Amino acid sequence: MTILAQAANASPSMDSDSFASVDALVEGLASVGYIASRRIATALYMSVHLQKPILVEGVAGVGKTELALSTATLLGLPLIRMQCYEGLDESKALYEWKYGKQLLYTQILKDRMGAELADAAGMDEAMERLHGMGDMFFSEPFLEPRPLMKALREDDGCVLLIDEIDKSDEAFEAFLLEVLSAYQASVPELGVIKAKTPPIVFLTSNNVRDLGDALKRRCLHLHIPLPEASLERRIVASRVPNIEERLTHQLVGFVHALREMDLRKSPSISETVDWARALILMHADSLDAAMVRDTLNVILKYEQDIQMVEPQVSELLRTAQTTP
Amino acid sequence: MQHQMEDFIRALRAADVRVSPVESIDAHEAVARIGYADRELLKDALCATLAKSEDEVRRFDRAFDAFFARDPFDFATPPPPPEGGEAAPPEAKLEDVSEEAAGSELAQIILAGDSTALTQAMERAAQAAQVSEIRLSTQKSRLTRRLLDEMGVAEIEKIISQARRLEGEGGAALADRLEAGRKAVAAEAQRYVQRQHDLYAAESGRQLREELLARKALNAEGGIDPVDLQVMQALVRKMAKRLADRYSRRRNRARKGHLDVRRTLRQSMAYGGVPFNVVWKTERVDKPKIIAICDVSKSVAAAAQFLLTFLYSLNEVVDRMDAYAFSGRMIPVNQILDEHGVDKAILEVLKLIGFQQTDYGRALQDFAENHLDKLDRHTTVIFLGDARSNYADPRLDIMRTIHERSRSVIWLNPEPESYWNQGDSVMNRYLPFCHLAKTCNTLDQLERIIEDVLRQYVPH
Repeated sequence: MTILAQAANASPSMDSDSFASVDALVEGLASVGYIASRRIATALYMSVHLQKPILVEGVAGVGKTELALSTATLLGLPLIRMQCYEGLDESKALYEWKYGKQLLYTQILKDRMGAELADAAGMDEAMERLHGMGDMFFSEPFLEPRPLMKALREDDGCVLLIDEIDKSDEAFEAFLLEVLSAYQASVPELGVIKAKTPPIVFLTSNNVRDLGDALKRRCLHLHIPLPEASLERRIVASRVPNIEERLTHQLVGFVHALREMDLRKSPSISETVDWARALILMHADSLDAAMVRDTLNVILKYEQDIQMVEPQVSELLRTAQTTP
Repeated sequence: MQHQMEDFIRALRAADVRVSPVESIDAHEAVARIGYADRELLKDALCATLAKSEDEVRRFDRAFDAFFARDPFDFATPPPPPEGGEAAPPEAKLEDVSEEAAGSELAQIILAGDSTALTQAMERAAQAAQVSEIRLSTQKSRLTRRLLDEMGVAEIEKIISQARRLEGEGGAALADRLEAGRKAVAAEAQRYVQRQHDLYAAESGRQLREELLARKALNAEGGIDPVDLQVMQALVRKMAKRLADRYSRRRNRARKGHLDVRRTLRQSMAYGGVPFNVVWKTERVDKPKIIAICDVSKSVAAAAQFLLTFLYSLNEVVDRMDAYAFSGRMIPVNQILDEHGVDKAILEVLKLIGFQQTDYGRALQDFAENHLDKLDRHTTVIFLGDARSNYADPRLDIMRTIHERSRSVIWLNPEPESYWNQGDSVMNRYLPFCHLAKTCNTLDQLERIIEDVLRQYVPH
């Protein structure tokens, strides 16, 4: 408990007014362009104050990664991002030795080796000196820090984003446990590296596979659903400043009508925002059937979906008008 | 409040939200930080710490709303004095009845019509009566009685009978009011116990039913009860998901722990012969390749729907699976399973070829002619059927070919072993060509067998 309390004191976010209460946090996030629901803000608030990583789930394009970016901006902390993929391992996530540099140095030292060892009294002493040299090669200057190590060594704290954790292997997930629960990592040659200020950790997942229970237990969980119409309108208004209110109303209504349909890929928030931007570029101030048909490829990413929606555009527009 | 948190976590566990001790510590810390004042905040904070998947979030929301629902007491307020007419005689006081009555807390609460105090009294009594330990719906009436006893209803009854014996109309008026209050309290106690039952026991009742269903024979007389069908399908889906979680994890290579000298030397060339990169020998892990052949003819009508549901789930779990269905002729059904939801896919398949005369020989011939090239030494063939071929040629020669070409042949027969080879069943003639033949007519058996199949391929 005491350790936790101390660590909490060291956290920079404690000084920030934005983390004083959940409401302040909602406002703070809004000021950097992220419109958060109460549930999102509460989860983030708890994560910072309990010093726990936060696992963010939700369909693609719902604003998972964006939440981490906005938090970093809000706190003025550096963002360290690690994209996960199949085959990602320790050497790419935590640290690696600079092999090239080591090799270069051995080559240079080779010539001097004879001179160094010439005055050694016997075999034992020569071995002893060689030992000393060997250790030099596995020291700080030859260490190549990767994202996790970088995050642990940021003395003033940082936001660490581990993106799409579900794409990594199971073994890597297990490896992450030490980093996430104690904010430390062990390098055999150097010892344990512990974060002075624990980073704020976000993990995102698209549910490609189910994550292990051990990992879930160590994290707070946040599921971001597709937003309600009113919230989505505010998001569009915040992301696309010059948009007219009537257009926002129409397009959010249309997207919501689309989500009711049985599509291969339902449009999520990022598609709505992209669409709004596209419509602004085309100087549209309201939606009509022709305009929708022309720009359908912005919100629908599969040919079958487009074919299915196209004949129903007018009807969908009418439904969109009636959505509150 | 400590006690309430513990109860709530128990309610969550009963609602199938898995809460570990660490998580409950987290929850307590969260509550310590935000307090109980803001209900929405409390809900969101607890949700973040306790519910760990989309499904659990839904169940959490339901449990939270039910648990913290404190609908205000619908409690009889003191009746207004009758208007006009002669002034009603003043009501007797509790003190007039007896000294004991004056000390009765419940009686005072009832007379004051204080619903808050009554709620609190009921909470206290519920704790003493251990109402939250409820497990079965049959316990409801007993617990209600215990709850009322703890609240001191017996005392009230005594006071009422004493009040009735008092001189004058005041006593009767008091008794009437107490009587009305007692009834309200009894009704409320019943509601309270019901709610506790919903919170802690309803889920375990459902689990009990699912367990029974998992062991129920699928080809029993009359097939599956339509009421159970949905539960059954949900169970099958759950089972498929469980299997998927365990086996869909990507493990293409497993390290063996032996040094691969050849590749290590090759790599060291780049560093002037210094072996910087040490390469270990790896082993390729086979992904299961499964061919499932499902009988949907008349003789297995009862089990067909279940077998297809299973086929459907398996199709979602295993990447490389080919599914076929037949009664007279055999057709590939992968596409149907991929394109439709489970209910519709099953209907489509049954509409296409379901419930006709079985002909195993003909179906095997169809398979041999069109799909034999799908078999290789990595393939497991699973037959789901009763091997009742209407006395037609069973085409053992094709069965032999399948046996020789594939890695293993598994036959799951919904009939018990004693029926095999009776009547038109040719099960025993197929038996030599199966690596494994088992009776499989409950979900439990099915899961165990499929797990065995998958385990052969994926190391733990």
